[in-house]
Amino acid sequence: MSEFEIKPGLTGASKQLNFENSKGVVRSAIKRGRPTLYTSYETSMQMVNTNTKKVWLGLLILFALSLPFTSSGGWLHAFTLLTIYAIAGIGLNLLMGYAGQISLGHAFFMGLGAYTAAVVAGDPARNALGFGLDLAIALPLAAIIPGIVGLIVAPLATRVRGLYLAVLTLGLLFIGEQVFKTWSGLSGGAGNGRYSAQRILFGIDLNANTYAVGPFIFTPEVVYYLICLTLLIALAILAKNIARSKVGRAFAAVRDRDIAAEVMGVNLYKTKTLAFALSSAYAGIAGALLSILIGTITPEQWNLFMSIDILAIVVIGGVATISGSIIGAAFVVLLPVILRELTQFIPWLSVSSGGLINVFQLQTILFGTLIVVFVTIESRGLFGLWIRIRNYFKAWPFSY
Amino acid sequence: MNDLIHSLIFGIAQGSIYALIALSFVVIFRATGVLNFAQPALMILGAFATSVFAIDLGLNYFIALVLAMIVIALLSMGIERVAIRPMVGQSTFSAALITVGLFIALYVISTRLFDSKPRTVNDPWGVSALCLGGNLKEEWGFVSCEGGLIIYWHSIGKIVLATIVIAALFIWLARSKYGLAMRATSMDQETALAQGINVGGMFSTSWAISGAIVALAGGLFAANGSVIQSTDALFALVALPALVLGGLDSLKGAVIGGLAIGILMNLTKTYQTAIAPWLGLNFENVVPYIVMIIVLLIRPYGLFGTKEVQRV
Repeated sequence: MSEFEIKPGLTGASKQLNFENSKGVVRSAIKRGRPTLYTSYETSMQMVNTNTKKVWLGLLILFALSLPFTSSGGWLHAFTLLTIYAIAGIGLNLLMGYAGQISLGHAFFMGLGAYTAAVVAGDPARNALGFGLDLAIALPLAAIIPGIVGLIVAPLATRVRGLYLAVLTLGLLFIGEQVFKTWSGLSGGAGNGRYSAQRILFGIDLNANTYAVGPFIFTPEVVYYLICLTLLIALAILAKNIARSKVGRAFAAVRDRDIAAEVMGVNLYKTKTLAFALSSAYAGIAGALLSILIGTITPEQWNLFMSIDILAIVVIGGVATISGSIIGAAFVVLLPVILRELTQFIPWLSVSSGGLINVFQLQTILFGTLIVVFVTIESRGLFGLWIRIRNYFKAWPFSY
Repeated sequence: MNDLIHSLIFGIAQGSIYALIALSFVVIFRATGVLNFAQPALMILGAFATSVFAIDLGLNYFIALVLAMIVIALLSMGIERVAIRPMVGQSTFSAALITVGLFIALYVISTRLFDSKPRTVNDPWGVSALCLGGNLKEEWGFVSCEGGLIIYWHSIGKIVLATIVIAALFIWLARSKYGLAMRATSMDQETALAQGINVGGMFSTSWAISGAIVALAGGLFAANGSVIQSTDALFALVALPALVLGGLDSLKGAVIGGLAIGILMNLTKTYQTAIAPWLGLNFENVVPYIVMIIVLLIRPYGLFGTKEVQRV
């Protein structure tokens, strides 16, 4: 077999790519200083495709793992919230960024996930419906049931397009809120709320014990943070894999030009339905985790403003990037915490009402304005900003 | 029977407000192809401006209304110039996202302006009402009409004013040079430019008109014999299903959709508690969305909307 022989059929492989007959493995002497030297399609499409990224990703995960042991209660709560919002953001990004279907109803699916978890794993003795099962059953169900509802709603979404869809999902949100409010056996009724799922995972009560392993102290809050972080990493990898697979390319084709996609053989109906179901499942898990974090959930909290928060994560972080959603979640969750810290230095900013403006109002105005700014100026969000800065320094001093 | 007629009239009055809001959406959508989600926030700012002019400055309600319309029209023009003009030629999706961002920012600003205190607009109608075939009783600031049909003067005022404005707008859009230029712009921007139409000016004009209409809707909405708060902006979102019901680009559809939604909501409010109490309190607030979803299932482009023709 000669060195440059190509397998029969349309493999897409070229002679040049079959460098030194290496099957994509290049000697490090050749690769040094050329991080984007790819010699096979597989390495080019790898999830972490350069060594620098590998190192930084590893450091980032280490940093995330070390956070609970170095930060105090309020910050730990914020970081847990960050992981949860990142999951929700990734879910919406799959639907909005990759498949191009605008949705204002994400909060409804989060609520659905929260109530599923609360019913399956809630304490039967409390005020609302609960079966007291394990979280190992409740969390998958919190993904499956919103996913199924997403499947039921999706045919509607495939029938209407663009802006009509945005209004339709808005309708879903309001109808959902009405159902939550009215079905008081499920939600504890309007204004009252109910207790969320019990923190029992694989038969172990997460609230009961504090473990100490060497210098590390695992309080219940730390354990919960680590669970959320693990889920975020797993779900982010899953989303990244979806995005770079056939399904993800079908999403992008539908987003860019749905008729052209259909002509190329992409099944519009199937693709849009899948995008809806996947995004709803992600929202469901995020909602369940959120409900367990905050303890009490009311039917009113799954409203338009929560949807817009998630929308802000996607737009500010960067449309159609998974890492962007995590950056966006960090921004959206940590900004209020930082603003609250700043209140002592800024006289016109206050924590509660009074003063010129309070933290909540300022943060919401900022989110709104930033959505406008990012869509008009840098549509790839903070992630795009980062790419620009990186490219500037990469080419420095020839950065013109 | 009296209940039925009362809810019909009340529904038409409320529906004419929704029709105005829906119209303001359509005017923008036809000219620039943008669905402006910020409209409800502009409406509540319009109500606030009316209240400031009428209460704080002590002007006549109608003068306050006109001044508020001018203020919101200018604000709306500014928004278009700063946030929407750069998006010309980009996807409708991005522009819609921008307006969602604007909505939340403006809504919070209006919450801050209202300072969580409900406001009134000092309208000439108050709670005074006509009582047909019964005796009018007023106690605790509420008017009731025993055994007769009660018609509030503010309902009549809303219907009359809305009708005048809608009729004037229709005639202006259909007959005037500007209306023609606007239609030309909405058909094809480049061709309109070639005909010597100032397309940028048309964008500004349509946003200004839309701002004025929505401010009028806000000022009229506040004249309900009671108070208005910033959270009422969320009720203005009901104009969206009204709009989709009629079709995003149809002026006629907006009016019919608005009236239909107003009437349906009030009929539900009157009869749902007796017929189907299991649907819960305030069920009338979700009726528009349910109707909208059913209509969209049958006609994806609304009742009077233009079917999008796809070219490959």
